[in-house]
Amino acid sequence: MNLKTTLVIALSSLGSNKLRAGLTLLGVVIGVAAVISLMAIGRGVQQTITQRIQSLGTNLLFVRPGVTTQGGISGAQGTASTLTLEDAYALKDPVFTPSVVEVAPEISTTGQVVAGRNNTNTRIYGVTPEYQEARNFALSSGRFILPGHLLDHSQVAVLGSAVAEVLFGFRDPVGQVVRINSRQFDVIGVLESKGGGNRFFSLDDQVLVPITTAYYRLASQRTARGGINVQTVNVQLRDVENVDAAIREVATVLRLRHRITREDDFSITSQQETIETLQETTNTFVLFLGAIAGISLLVGGIGIMNIMLVSVTERTREIGIRKAMGAKRRDILFQFVFEATLLSLGGGGAGVLLGLVLSLLLNGRSLLGTPTQTIFSADIAILALGVSAAIGLFFGIYPAMRAAQLHPIEALRYE
Amino acid sequence: MIELEDVTKTYRMGKVEVPALQGVSLSISQGEMVAIVGPSGSGKSTLMNIIGCLDVPNSGSYVLEGEDVSRLSDDRLAEIRNRKIGFIFQTYNLLPRLTALANVELPLLYGNGRDRRRRSLEALERVGLADRVNHRPPELSGGQQQRVGIARALVKNPALLLADEPTGNLDSRSSDEIVGILQDLNREEGLTVVVVTHEPDIAARTQRVIATRDGLVVNDERVKEPHRALGSSREAQDGKR
Repeated sequence: MNLKTTLVIALSSLGSNKLRAGLTLLGVVIGVAAVISLMAIGRGVQQTITQRIQSLGTNLLFVRPGVTTQGGISGAQGTASTLTLEDAYALKDPVFTPSVVEVAPEISTTGQVVAGRNNTNTRIYGVTPEYQEARNFALSSGRFILPGHLLDHSQVAVLGSAVAEVLFGFRDPVGQVVRINSRQFDVIGVLESKGGGNRFFSLDDQVLVPITTAYYRLASQRTARGGINVQTVNVQLRDVENVDAAIREVATVLRLRHRITREDDFSITSQQETIETLQETTNTFVLFLGAIAGISLLVGGIGIMNIMLVSVTERTREIGIRKAMGAKRRDILFQFVFEATLLSLGGGGAGVLLGLVLSLLLNGRSLLGTPTQTIFSADIAILALGVSAAIGLFFGIYPAMRAAQLHPIEALRYE
Repeated sequence: MIELEDVTKTYRMGKVEVPALQGVSLSISQGEMVAIVGPSGSGKSTLMNIIGCLDVPNSGSYVLEGEDVSRLSDDRLAEIRNRKIGFIFQTYNLLPRLTALANVELPLLYGNGRDRRRRSLEALERVGLADRVNHRPPELSGGQQQRVGIARALVKNPALLLADEPTGNLDSRSSDEIVGILQDLNREEGLTVVVVTHEPDIAARTQRVIATRDGLVVNDERVKEPHRALGSSREAQDGKR
């Protein structure tokens, strides 16, 4: 007996009880559709998060000063004032740190920013011209901080888009004057909005000033050695692949400069690390969603098994007739396994379609106040189809074996 | 063609062993038309199941067309049934969802089945149902259903036609037709036909009657002059009902 005949027999058996076949199918349809749409949502969320972090630049290392220890009590990360502007520039060295393209030191403080009758309290970052490229900032108007501003300790500021909006509304702030902590600054540029963030932290809610200006005019820390203290050095790398090598290079230079023999007084983290950690977290989240949906798929599979068992009992006589006509165990087994697999595959196919429609409908909709993006991916569709076929096989095989093992005489006698 | 040698068969009903055949020896040659008769419980159904390769004996041997089939596996038996034996049942045993044609095609699905449609149509023609090929069993009369059953039994050109109470569910006119078809097949095409029946009228239309009782063959005699039609006794019975 060939596959085509088996298929025809199975199809005609299913067709003879359409309502039942349809309801059984529905179980699988719901399961597969749930898997697909939940995975689509999960992947959408994952991509949104990753994209936001990538918008900060992926090829970055952050070097921060270590912890202070006073009487055995450790302070918070970055409390030590061991990292200086000279340290930062030393990291850009073609011989010792070939992986480094650019360094962008920064110090930060908070300040009251006033323009006319409007004011806002925001973070003020002291940065260098390299900061723009390292952190991937674009300007919506004006220009960025220039090297000359650093030398002169110029009182110029680049406003984040949110700050600009609060202070100037829809007017162009470039050429206007703001007061930061009572000092007068000329606005020379406005950053393009990066979006994202939340009310506690947003890349649009900040003001950038030359690092020397921030140090001498706005902050009041001095180091023992007299250099400018920096809080973070953003190190831009040539490529993302060599993160580990770059970390070693940077660490070596800093250890030499700080004459460290034992414990480092700085810490290095990479943006890539942050993304990977987040991806691991979101992967778990996506898997979790998939597992929940998978349970409904399992329930659908049990539904198939249930119906197949009923069907075998109901069709005992048919099995007897087929056996009397010369059907072997294998023929009967295949017939019933085929029926189960057709049910589950049919359900899987319909489920994929339904899942696709659902994820398209959900795309861009607001879910719990956050706009949701869904990503329908073929691999999940293929996986779901494969799993549903496997479920049909798995849950169909037991009823089919029961059918195949029936004795022809008893089956024929069955009423 | 059929050689049974001291065949026994015991069924187990729970803890009780029920002896169904207690040493039956029997020989049926090619081209014979034989009736197996006997009261219920006489072992005639068991005998027929064994002859039909639906079951194997506990002991003794059964040689069908020179092949010992008494110790074969289920799947090998299925193959023999498919190739050599055509079954006709009292309750027709047609699949109600399938058309007459598809029902007749059934044996051709298992084993070598080329030209399924053509061969099935031919078989239906032989039983005079060429105009009912696309009807489903519920749309056919009892006699017509049994003729579909005969067509299905014929479609693989079996060596042996095995009919289990073929007229048990039919009125006398249809019974007459069905037995007539079996007789024609036997006489004109030389098919070996074995009919299990408890109706003397039908037994009278075969060439040989084998009587069973308590799991043994108690009588085996040739019919001197097989009837061409059902006897008057049957019609008298019908009249009384």
